[in-house]
Amino acid sequence: MIEAKNLRKKYGDKTAVDDLTFTVQPGIITGFLGPNGAGKSTTMRMILGLDAPTGGMVTVGGRPYRKHARPLQVVGALLEARAVHTSRSAYNHLLALAATHGIAKQRVADVIEMVGLQDVARKRAGGFSLGMGQRLGIASALLADPETLILDEPVNGLDPEGIRWIRDLLKGLAADGHTVFVSSHLMSEMALTADHVIVVGRGRLMADMPMSELIAQASTNAVVVHSPQAAELAAAFVGADITVASPEPNTLEITGLSAAQIGDRARDLNISLHGLAPKKAPLEEAFMEMTRDEVEFHAHTPTGHHLRSAS
Amino acid sequence: MSTLTARPAPTSDDSDVVAVETVTFARVLTSEWIKMRSLRSTTLTLLTGFALMVALGWLFGWATNVNWSNLRPEEQASFSQIESTLDGFNLAQLAIGVLGVLLVTGEYATGMIRATFGAVPQRLPVLWAKAVLYAGVTFVLMLAAGLVAFLGAQELLGTHGTSLSADGALRAIVGVAGYLALIGVFSVALGFIIRSTAGGIATLFALLLVLPISGLLLPASWREHTLPYLPSNAGATMFHARTASDALSATTSLLVLLGWVAAALAGAALVLKRRDA
Repeated sequence: MIEAKNLRKKYGDKTAVDDLTFTVQPGIITGFLGPNGAGKSTTMRMILGLDAPTGGMVTVGGRPYRKHARPLQVVGALLEARAVHTSRSAYNHLLALAATHGIAKQRVADVIEMVGLQDVARKRAGGFSLGMGQRLGIASALLADPETLILDEPVNGLDPEGIRWIRDLLKGLAADGHTVFVSSHLMSEMALTADHVIVVGRGRLMADMPMSELIAQASTNAVVVHSPQAAELAAAFVGADITVASPEPNTLEITGLSAAQIGDRARDLNISLHGLAPKKAPLEEAFMEMTRDEVEFHAHTPTGHHLRSAS
Repeated sequence: MSTLTARPAPTSDDSDVVAVETVTFARVLTSEWIKMRSLRSTTLTLLTGFALMVALGWLFGWATNVNWSNLRPEEQASFSQIESTLDGFNLAQLAIGVLGVLLVTGEYATGMIRATFGAVPQRLPVLWAKAVLYAGVTFVLMLAAGLVAFLGAQELLGTHGTSLSADGALRAIVGVAGYLALIGVFSVALGFIIRSTAGGIATLFALLLVLPISGLLLPASWREHTLPYLPSNAGATMFHARTASDALSATTSLLVLLGWVAAALAGAALVLKRRDA
């Protein structure tokens, strides 16, 4: 269990984390979602005591991380930036970490096997691929079988097999009653993994709710229709509760009617339909909408003025 | 412990619960020992320090012996069989100092420090463990190097050599090892303060090499109040069998050097507690 109360972090006059209050519960996977620069990594570093909060506090298992006598048993962490000496072998890296908590060599061998690094464990960690590096980070995190796991962008740069492996691992850990807190800037990834989601933008809390609720909120009931007679069809739908948009030629986005109603109406009017489907829940868009004003660096698209002057 | 009672029972079998002990200084020391011995560069640098100490001692012994008849009488009179054969410490201290800085800044550069402080969030035990371990390793190694350098060089000096039982010989050998161990601790502390390898090594070299030389440009009356207090000069007088008239006494030198080390350790402890990792 992780509890943050009014957590704040300022670097100079730049506020990275602004008054965050949230609780991460055991037994489920909690996603920590936000655009790059939203303060996710900073928050995770504060949970681990690597950065000191400017205000507020955060506890793990009821007290600040550094007050625990066996810290690695409380939290296992995979931070976004690598935390391994490049010239040391994976085995010796884990052995050195294990030694601080009197953890047996056998456990080191066990976690190496668990993450599938047995063939390269004696090689320099600096030569590891991104995926191998992530696996080594997970092995370090699991070393003391911690109650809480904190993972910063664990699937970044992984191949599909690696992503699936991490997903299954996290689900298994949560099912075993562990607290799992995992950050991502990809809503799609979170939607597949997380049971609960905490959304931040520019250090501020945007949402804290079950994933299912966020999906429901994000879903619209629009229906996308493809038809060579789109204009005719559009003319047929007039009503106070009905909106019709045409994002591209021969395509309509209709809200206020079900797909069945639209299909029946088209048949009555003898209009042929090439496609008729509920619009997919635009999760990524909902997330971007939620954090649009909170993204630190906007990519500016050229304005009309620019285009004109260029031509 | 709340960490134990707070653990939810895993649904998998409880028999393979991982045995985890509390973090103690001894365990942090063991961890640092594993880290130190598992980097090839560490071993190589330590061997370099050993080799420099021995090779220069032997070289001075041999060269002095074959050139003895060419030396002026006053050079012959001022020649010390003890100090000249231990003079390799001037170079060995650079290897020791660079490695001391690297033991710390290497962790900051690679991000390893986050894993280290993740396991030992109290942080200070890491500083003390690194300092104690490195002092021990350098002392033992440089004591051996000093003995080998001295004994071999006396052989090479032939009739001009002396023996281990000579007045001040053992004290000088132990003193050199002690000085190098203190330089080792100092450089570890410096690493924690400066964090960057380039900055740490530059600061170390400035203190050990540049200041003692550029300080010679100061007016004489200033020199005598500053230069002897620099770490390398204080170190040199600490173990010399004979001392120049303007040098500090051996005890004062040791205290001055300990002062440098204590100040560096205090600074390192302070920034470790204050700064974000």
